[in-house]
Formats: sequence, structure tokens, C-alpha cells
Amino acid sequence: MAFLELDRVAKQFGAQTVVDDFSLSVGKGEFISFLGPSGCGKTTTLQMIAGFLDPTRGAIRLEGKDLTAIHPAKRGLGIVFQSYALFPHMTAAENVAFGLEMRNVPRDDRAERVRAALAMVGLAGYEDRHPRRMSGGQQQRVALARALVIKPSVLLLDEPLSNLDAKLREEMQIELRQIQRTIGTTTILVTHDQNEAMSLSDRIVVMSQGRIEQIGTPQETYEKPASAFVSQFLGKTNDFAGTIDRATVPLRIVAGSWSAPAPAGLNGAVTVSIRPERIGFGDAGLGAKIVTRIFQGNHWLFQCDSECGPAIVIRQNDGKAQPAEGEAVRLTWRPEDMSVRARAGA
Amino acid sequence: MSMAAEERSTRAPWALTAPALMLFVGVLLIPLAMTVMLSFHDWGQYKGIEPVFILKNWREIATDPYYAEMFWRTFRIAILTTLLTALLGAPEAYILNRMSGRWKSFFLLVILGPLLISVVARTLGWALLFGGNNGLVNKLLMSLGAIRSPIPFMFTETGMVVALAHVMMPFMVLSVWAALQRLDPQIENAAMSLGAGPVTIVRRIIMPQIMPGVLSGAIIVFSLSASAFATPAIIGGRRLKVAATLAYDEFLNTLNWPLGAAVATLLLVALVLIVVGSNALIERRYAEVFR
Repeated sequence: MAFLELDRVAKQFGAQTVVDDFSLSVGKGEFISFLGPSGCGKTTTLQMIAGFLDPTRGAIRLEGKDLTAIHPAKRGLGIVFQSYALFPHMTAAENVAFGLEMRNVPRDDRAERVRAALAMVGLAGYEDRHPRRMSGGQQQRVALARALVIKPSVLLLDEPLSNLDAKLREEMQIELRQIQRTIGTTTILVTHDQNEAMSLSDRIVVMSQGRIEQIGTPQETYEKPASAFVSQFLGKTNDFAGTIDRATVPLRIVAGSWSAPAPAGLNGAVTVSIRPERIGFGDAGLGAKIVTRIFQGNHWLFQCDSECGPAIVIRQNDGKAQPAEGEAVRLTWRPEDMSVRARAGA
Repeated sequence: MSMAAEERSTRAPWALTAPALMLFVGVLLIPLAMTVMLSFHDWGQYKGIEPVFILKNWREIATDPYYAEMFWRTFRIAILTTLLTALLGAPEAYILNRMSGRWKSFFLLVILGPLLISVVARTLGWALLFGGNNGLVNKLLMSLGAIRSPIPFMFTETGMVVALAHVMMPFMVLSVWAALQRLDPQIENAAMSLGAGPVTIVRRIIMPQIMPGVLSGAIIVFSLSASAFATPAIIGGRRLKVAATLAYDEFLNTLNWPLGAAVATLLLVALVLIVVGSNALIERRYAEVFR
């Protein structure tokens, strides 16, 4: 049975539908990310789980119990806010202890658990610091300790790393993952950063305009995007306009001078999507000219002008010679690396 | 760099601030110094002001219990006014802050409204409502049989505190409101998610954070109330004098300028000490919230 279940949840503000038909079941101990651009409804969904907003339609159940009937203060969820929302007038230890105080945990037990929680996030010895005397990363850790010390049934993270610089963010991602693995708390992360979602989560919920575009493991969403939105939002992708020619038997899919056997069930105008790192340079295939060649250490980035419009190619820096700028090349890829969708409006 | 250029660069700021500085010296420092000087001069019914240096006025203020009572009343009224504005103004600001856009700007205007009307007009309004047998509210309550004699308002300290609190309310509300603006918008949700109820949130999370705002509002209200003139003059009149109305009377009715100057100087010194002292205390106490 699902641990946390969202059943056709929708939220409307006036006439505007912010979240629509959101169904998801989360297993115990799972790490789920809500991924999407700003305004896609991911934070609204999180706030409905937290109880700061009531869903217009649908049900949210935790271990089979209707969560929407429970006051947010009684839900027992741990939340880390984007701004951390630490209590500035309290020390780190007092911040962490607040949730335990509200649960009437005895003083000695409380002190012990606060110390353990701060130690877990690597802040042993910072008990008496006030939040404003701490760095962004340290504040973030206090916020995490404060949310975890109450042993929440679900941990909700609302873009917790977006205010940190790139290096610190990477460190925190690894740490967050380790902590989550160790204590096994079911976690939902809201983020607009695809790298963050991919490196942290067991499954990603890709959202756009209030709707779920795809639910899947990071690999699934990247390799087999369910829609054009997903393939463009998760990493770079090349979209080539192609056609499936009915005249030939067996059917072949054609884009410029490239062609391959057509997948079943499609006909007419299609879009061929292919990741830049899956494209190679060969003797036959899509005709292109290298416009710019950028060296990025472990890989080369090529911007090409192909028969089907601009294309990006990424090649591992494996020490082999690479085509130069202005050189004419042929772009090839394996049929299993591409995804083919019917082209809208054609 | 030449010496001349260096000299010019140090002289330029002085030259630029000179006009404002001269105005400041001319209209504030010199009159203030003259007032202090005046408080040491002698005065007699028939001889007028004598420019000598004596401590007569100061000794009179220090020994005559009339002045002690009057100063005590001044500060009692100021303290009670401050308490009343804090008790009503802080919740008012909190409610205002929680209102949605259109209502918020409307009620902000309502709160600021009193500042647009002259203090005299506002205080006379209170007099019309509560002034003796003919006061509107008193008349209504008496005709309804709720009270037998009019609620005493004019010439009472209660009346002064109520009228002053009305005048001072915007300063408190705005000060607390400014503190509320600095609050993390998610802070209440954070406390709620940790299991805090609405009362606990206000008491443990909101109150400590807006306290600096309440206290700085209190300093403004206190100093303005202690030195207020118009409201005490209308409500208290000659019967219930405060420091400001006493100084006024000494200057314009008794014509004992030196004694009036001594009262005014003492009020100024006491206020400066109280304000600077409490400000230092607040800043130390709330260092973490202020940062």
C-alpha cells in the first residue's frame, strides 16, 4: 500500500487552476522530486501536503488516513523552507528544540535529541549560535535538523538548496542524500534544478502548468521522456523534424539525408528527439557543418548547422581527433537512442 | 597630490554642509543654549528678568513638591499612553499586516488618518463626545439610563491618556508594522509545521521578533507624549498641568521666563536621558533580532 497518496488533487485560485489532476503514490522511505519551471504548481502541491493550502478537489492520504482533515500543526511533517524560516531570536539549539517542546518532550531527552540532530547535520558545537551569525549553508543545516528532530513521517523540502552557491549546493546534495538514506524518512523535494532532482531522487515527478508530465526514475525521465516538455526540460536535446514515408516498405523514418526503420504506430510528420551525447560523427547520416567547437575539459561541445536546423553534439574527450570548425560532418545515432513523437500541427 | 588639493578635499565637505549646519546652529543650538542660560537668571514681579547667575529656579523646582507632582504626572501620563498604544497598536499592526492587498491599504489610510487632522481638532472632538453633561456620548448613555452622572473625561488624567493615545497610535502602528515587514513570510508556517498553535506562534515566534518595533514605537510615543502640549492643554487645562503646559504658563501668563526655562530644560534633559538609556538597553537586548 502506498505510504503517502495524492489522489486527483487539484487547486484553484479563483478561476485559475494551479494544480490539476495530480495523482501520485509515494512508497515508504522513497525520495521523490517535484521538478518543473517556476509556476508549474510544484510548491502549491507541497503546500497542500503540508496543509498550508487546502486542495480544491481530490484527496491526500497518509497511511490510509485523510491528511486534509488534520490541522497542519498536527500532521507531524518536517518542512525545510526555501528561506529556511529559522527563528532569528533563538539559538540553533533552541530552533531545533522548538518542535520537541511543542510535543512536550522532557527537558533532558530534548537536549540529547537536539545535540544528536545538530551533530547529524555536522553542526556539533554550534548550539548557541544565532541564525544570523551563521552562513547560508549552516542555516540550511539547522533548518534540516529542526525538521528531522521531530521524526517526521514525511520530510518536505521546498527548494532548500536554491540559495546556496554551486559548490556548497553540490556538497549539500550529497549530504542530504546520505542523511535521507541513513534515517529512511520519506522525502519530497521541490526543485527547478534538474541536476538536483536527478542526483537526489528515486523518482522524479516532472510538472508543467499544473499537470504531471511524467513520473519515473531519473534515468527513465531522461532516457525516455514522455513528452517534448520533459525532453527539453531535462538536459539538452535535439529535435529534428522528420517524416515517415508511407511509400516505402518497410516504413522508414526520414530526416534530411538520415533515415532509419520507422517505429510502429506512427505515421506522417514526426519529431525525432536525440540527446547531444548520443550523436556521433559518421560516414552517413544527417548532413551538418560545425559552427563552433568548444572545449570543456572532459568533453567537447559542438554547435552544428544541420539539414534540419541547429544541432548540439557532445563528444567525450577520449583523446581522439575531433572535427574542426567549418568542417562538414554526418551526424548518426543508434535508433534505440532516439525518441520519436508525432509532430503537432502537421 | 599637492597640498592644496588635499586641503580642498578636506574643506569641501565643510563648505557643502555649512548652510545646513548654520541653520541648525541658528535655530536650534543657540536658542537651546539661551534657554538653558535663561533658567539661571533671576526674576521678580516688578523687576522682571535680571541676567545674573543664580540657582533660585532650580532650587524651587527641586524643593517645591508641586513640581515633583507635576513632573511625576507628566511621566505617568506618558507611560500610560505608551502602554495603551502598545497594547492596542501592536495587535492592530499584526491584523493590518495579515489583511489582503486592498483592505490593507484602506485600513492603513484609516490608521494614518488622524495624522492628517490637526491635534487641536481631534482633541476637541474628544471633548465634544465626553465633555461634561453636554458631551454626545455622556448624553446618550445618560438618556439610556446606563449612567447617572457623566463619565468624567475633561480635566482627568484618564481623559488625557485616552486622547493622547489616539493621537500617538499611528506612530506605534507604523513602527510595529515596519518590524512585521522584516518577518520571514514562512515563519508562521514553519512554527505551525513544528506543532505550534496560533497562541504559541504569536507568543513565542511573532512577539519576540516585533518587540524591537514595539519598543522603538514606545520611545517615539513616550517622548512625544511627555512633551505634548495641545492635548494636555485642552483636556487638562489649568487644573491638570503637565510639564509642557506649565512651561507655557510660566512664559506667557506669569511671565516668569527663567522658571519656565528651567522646567523646559529639565523636561528636555529627562527625556534625552530616558530615550538614550532605553535605546541602548533595547539594542543590547535585541542585538540578534536587529542584525
